[in-house]
Amino acid sequence: MHLETLHLLSFKNYLDENLRFSPRINVLVGKNGSGKTNLLDAIYYLGFTKSAFSSSDQQCITQGNSYFFIKGVFKNDSTTKEVTSTVQLGAKKIFREDSLEYQKLSEHIGKYPIVLIAPDDVYLVNEGSEGRRRFFDGIISQLDKIYLENLIQYNQALKLRNGLLKLYAERGSAVDWIAFESYDKLLSTLGDSIFKRRSAFIIEFSPVFQKYYHFLVENSESAEVQYNSELKGKTFSAGLMDVRPRDVALQRTNFGIHKDDYDFILGNEALKRYGSQGQQKSFVIAMKLAQFEILDLHKGFKPILLLDDIFDKLDDFRIARLLELIKSEFGQLFITDARPERTRGLLNHINVPSTVFNIDQGKVTLYEQQEK
Amino acid sequence: MDYPSKLIEDAVNQVAKLPGIGKKTALRLVLHLIKNKEENTFALTQALNKLRSSIKFCNCCHNISDTDLCFICTSHKRDRRILCVVEDAKDVMAIENTSQYNGVYHVVGGVISPMNGVGPTDLKIESLVSRLNQEQSEVKEVILALSPTMEGDTTAFYINKRIKDLTGKITVIARGVPVGGDLEYADEITLGRSILGRTLFN
Ligand SMILES: Nc1ncnc2c1ncn2[C@@H]1O[C@H](COP(=O)(O)OP(=O)(O)OP(=O)(O)O)[C@@H](O)[C@H]1O
Ligand SMILES: [Mg+2]
Ligand SMILES: [Zn+2]
Repeated sequence: MHLETLHLLSFKNYLDENLRFSPRINVLVGKNGSGKTNLLDAIYYLGFTKSAFSSSDQQCITQGNSYFFIKGVFKNDSTTKEVTSTVQLGAKKIFREDSLEYQKLSEHIGKYPIVLIAPDDVYLVNEGSEGRRRFFDGIISQLDKIYLENLIQYNQALKLRNGLLKLYAERGSAVDWIAFESYDKLLSTLGDSIFKRRSAFIIEFSPVFQKYYHFLVENSESAEVQYNSELKGKTFSAGLMDVRPRDVALQRTNFGIHKDDYDFILGNEALKRYGSQGQQKSFVIAMKLAQFEILDLHKGFKPILLLDDIFDKLDDFRIARLLELIKSEFGQLFITDARPERTRGLLNHINVPSTVFNIDQGKVTLYEQQEK
Repeated sequence: MDYPSKLIEDAVNQVAKLPGIGKKTALRLVLHLIKNKEENTFALTQALNKLRSSIKFCNCCHNISDTDLCFICTSHKRDRRILCVVEDAKDVMAIENTSQYNGVYHVVGGVISPMNGVGPTDLKIESLVSRLNQEQSEVKEVILALSPTMEGDTTAFYINKRIKDLTGKITVIARGVPVGGDLEYADEITLGRSILGRTLFN
């Protein structure tokens, strides 16, 4: 699959841009702050119905404006689909595919698979479990509609259950556990199925991840991603029963798949404490490459790959390895670089044609096009 | 907005408190009132005042009523062996309009909705329990007719738990594809439930 054209209206620092891309390699060059990452974000938005970098839609609207609009035309073999997103302050977000509006945004997820590798991905290693769950949930949701629906429902039930715990706490009245039974039943059913899906996914994910990690890091120690869930030793209902006193005290639910985590292990140690910065980066890139391959495998076509400032962070060996993949494995690619000579030099070196765009303050110009 | 008169402003602010009415609509209504005959406005305020001071809720089913017991609860024609649990008076009216139901009602006054500060004790569930507990209770079937949302389901589940030993059977209204609708336009969840909850032909 590839993105053929993109139209942006008042998205971040893009006022009105019409772009046509190469189905292979697109290089975005420009000074710091020119809008390279913003352009990747607009593409990401079309795939995920939200920004990869901004926490709210409002932050994506050009300052001083009240709306943004993104239109992308995607091509997959002979079929062409137009995806548009309209966000207006104070109005419901509208997503359309070929002019037909989605009733639920979740229906769109997974149709246009995109993988983003960004400099701050190491947050997956260094920050809390929520980001790791979101990463894996993001992949599974793109493969499995029912998983996504279950997850949305689970979170809704969890929110209501926590709300009821708060309600009883605020009133200082004794908790009526009968009122919780319906939530507990929902959480158990949905949670069990989410747990099973996560367990199955990590079995599929691990060998692919390891392949890429060892490809990127020569003579490397064993690298592993382990899925950790309290559900491994307990049934959901027993778990909920055990934490009741804590639930009442803390006014939130202390057992469930919302507390799951993924452990990253290097050698026999935790990557976060033991791994060098370079090892952490390689680890995360290998996870993203595994994400790419698994999506490719399940969808039967290659996702779009967005590489944000990737060469900045890697040594020559790993850059060479990535270039090998660029040459043979990937489909459409967007690479940003503040140093144009470097990326172009690297691509020329492996003799892969690319289209280079120059970006200056939200204005994009075609700089160089080499096609075979 | 700047109003030419404090009186207008006060009236607009009051009217705009009604659900679904913004400041603009409120202003239009207020200006309409002062343009029309004075007695029309007094008739309106009188009706509203009387409504508030005299409106009653049925002691038995909690539906809106002019009397201590509503006309459904006192009617000899209604079948007291079937009781339908609904959220509010609007739902009673909707079911009555179908002319398909001849039992009695119990209006619980909402659903368990923690986000809106509504817990089980804020609903007329205790009163349903004691109604079914009464010696002269003839109820053989309780129909749960609550919204098909997570909150509605939670409430139905709770009520079911509380009353399951106090009545013959407990049923829920069917959920499915709208009559006259095209199957392909029904959403997946509704269609899925309709398949699971299919009934015998005839
Ligand atoms: N909502 C917005 N409205 C207007 N401008 C915005 C908005 N959001 C971000 N920007 C501008 O976009 C610029 C950042 O763009 P971006 O992050 O894409 O730069 P970049 O080319 O990737 O830079 P670097 O090389 O440093 O990564 C900032 O100058 C910022 O002011
Ligand atoms: Mg950037
Ligand atoms: Zn009554």
